[in-house]
Amino acid sequence: MSKTALSDAKVGSHGVVDNVDLPQDVSHYIAHLGFLPGAEVEVLRRAPAGDPRVYRIDGVEVGLRNETARHIFMTVLEDAPSEEEVVA
Amino acid sequence: MSCHTPTALADAPDDVQLPELIGPNGKPVKQAVKLKTIALIGPPNCGKSTLFNRLTGLRQKTANYPGVTVDHHSGRMKAIGRPDLTLIDLPGIYSLATYSEDARVAVDVLTGKMPGVPKPDVVLLVLDATHMNRQLMLAAPVFSIGLPTLVLLNMADQLESRGGKLDTLALAKELGHPVALISAAEGTNLDVIPDFLLRAGAKLDDGLRPVQLPILQSAASCRSWASQVTQRSAYQSPQASLWSRRLDSVLLDRVWGPLIFLAVVFAVFQVVFTLGQPLSDGLGDLLTKLGAQVAQLLPDNWLRALLRDGLWNGVQSVLVFLPQILLLFLFIGVLEDSGYLARAALIADRLMRAIGLNGKAFIPLLSAYACAVPAIMATRTIENKRERLATILIAPFMTCSARLPIYTLIIAAFIPNHMFLGGLLGLRAMVMLGLYVIGFLAALVTARLLNSRVMKASNAPFILELPQYRWPTPRSLALRLYDRAKLFLKKAGTIILACTFLVWLLSVLPVHRVYDVAGLSGSRVQFADLTTSVIGHIGHFIEPVIRPLGFNWKIGIGLLSSIVAREVIVGTLGTLYGVDPTTHAVGLQTALRHDMTLGGAVALVVFFAFAMQCTSTLAVVRRETNSWKWPAIQFAYMTVVAYTAALVTNIVVSHIFG
Repeated sequence: MSKTALSDAKVGSHGVVDNVDLPQDVSHYIAHLGFLPGAEVEVLRRAPAGDPRVYRIDGVEVGLRNETARHIFMTVLEDAPSEEEVVA
Repeated sequence: MSCHTPTALADAPDDVQLPELIGPNGKPVKQAVKLKTIALIGPPNCGKSTLFNRLTGLRQKTANYPGVTVDHHSGRMKAIGRPDLTLIDLPGIYSLATYSEDARVAVDVLTGKMPGVPKPDVVLLVLDATHMNRQLMLAAPVFSIGLPTLVLLNMADQLESRGGKLDTLALAKELGHPVALISAAEGTNLDVIPDFLLRAGAKLDDGLRPVQLPILQSAASCRSWASQVTQRSAYQSPQASLWSRRLDSVLLDRVWGPLIFLAVVFAVFQVVFTLGQPLSDGLGDLLTKLGAQVAQLLPDNWLRALLRDGLWNGVQSVLVFLPQILLLFLFIGVLEDSGYLARAALIADRLMRAIGLNGKAFIPLLSAYACAVPAIMATRTIENKRERLATILIAPFMTCSARLPIYTLIIAAFIPNHMFLGGLLGLRAMVMLGLYVIGFLAALVTARLLNSRVMKASNAPFILELPQYRWPTPRSLALRLYDRAKLFLKKAGTIILACTFLVWLLSVLPVHRVYDVAGLSGSRVQFADLTTSVIGHIGHFIEPVIRPLGFNWKIGIGLLSSIVAREVIVGTLGTLYGVDPTTHAVGLQTALRHDMTLGGAVALVVFFAFAMQCTSTLAVVRRETNSWKWPAIQFAYMTVVAYTAALVTNIVVSHIFG
């Protein structure tokens, strides 16, 4: 178990949101999109240019820029599976 | 092309025979309160507009991405036999706190603060049944408004097919409000709605008791309340759709993603030409024959001249583009309904950021390929005010479908039909794509300029929900095309008809009386020659301004008339060349080929790529920015860019090919 910013977590890793470190109006807004402490989060994929990345947050797929994801922290429960598993 | 659908509120009967409602004691129950207004509310992309269309029989735009509806729309609930009730469709919201313009509209209507819209008597809360934990967060604040509320769990078909489950009776108890599983797309179980409305009107006790709501200001509190509720109602969330994920791993792939995106875009143009052009030519032949047949029945006098040369020539030359426009909208429909559009926005976000916008701006910009008017409305979903204004200002550079007629006309007349790569790439489709690209580039450059000069930074983040892929239903696609065709024909029959009539009238005035040689057998009315007519004078007056662009005076008149709407130029040219005796007998394409240089022709389409010739767009920009300043700046700026670009084009093309 390790704490990391969403933008730094590997594609394929699983975990829960730990805390959101953004201005209050922004964090309140994204809270309604599921970015709340304790919410399940999975790093699904990156957009072709590498940024934004797609997260599965609270059951919904959401695209988020790294500049925002940098301020959201997660506790990784399960690391990214190895390359072969991702392909499969 | 203006695509703004007016809100239809036909006069409805006040007294409607309602079916009899039997109370718990076995006796009929009378309606105790008169319901009038029902509001549809729910999170974005949960299917409110699809349900609205089912209940009213109207056709609000629907698609598979969040933020399609940005304004409130009302309609009578005719389709379920309640024309006495007005249903209001609202933009999707996540909470009652508002960050964007569209959410503010929804909350104001719901709380009765929107001027001109009555406060709703009853609320239909629509939630996506496949994401109950998240979607229920909105239920608490909506219940707190205190109106009778029916909770509709939409997409029941998807919940079931992907192995999800839910006990609706238990959920109703937990929420203190009646609950029903429905599918708006398939139209299943919608009977619950009229039934609920009858009961609400009769103030019938539904046996449900109010429940303790969470702290509404706290998202965390609402979220844990939602979890508790779904747990107690045995909710099993459905499996994530596997093929949706697999599709994404290809469509958002580092290499394949952008390639497929470009291939899709190019395929659109290729099909518009290879399939659309023959259809359009066929339609043209048919309309010409029809016109000739009808003209034969008329006596050879001014009426025939008016009908054939004035009106039919003009309107017909616009009508022939119907097949191309429908093909374009078929593609747009598939992209929007399938859910691919949201992925395209994700792919484009990087590019958008480079010019100071975000991927959310990309969706309105893409929809501006159909028409700038709804695109400018769609910018309401952009939370960041600065980015919203920038998007409004650049949207008209995107190539809207109203430019298609003049583009295809000029390309078909001047560009040879060369094919490359064994018929895969056509020169005509490439030129067309080039015109779309220069419009897009102009938008990018303008956004960059705005970003460095006019705008100040703000910190609203870019968050984009990616919907599950869905098959576009043939019904929804067919309805889109039908509505589009109706709109196009209506425009041809009104604005374009009126403009061509005016052009024809000015092209035959002033009339003068011609006396016979002997002056014995009376006199007859003779029309003016084209060059000595009023329009000829106007045309020759403005000719010095446009001559450097390679345009003759007829094109000049076309440009003037197209300030009303872009397609009008084709109608005007059809009339002018139709009235001219030297080009009277040949088609518009042939007439243009003999009357313009290649440089002038290319300069003309380049002019159209950049110029702001659309009164509907100017009007909507004024409304959305609440001032005349921005539309005025936009008009002046785009006209200057268009003139300069056309001038350079004419010089360069004439130099190379002349």
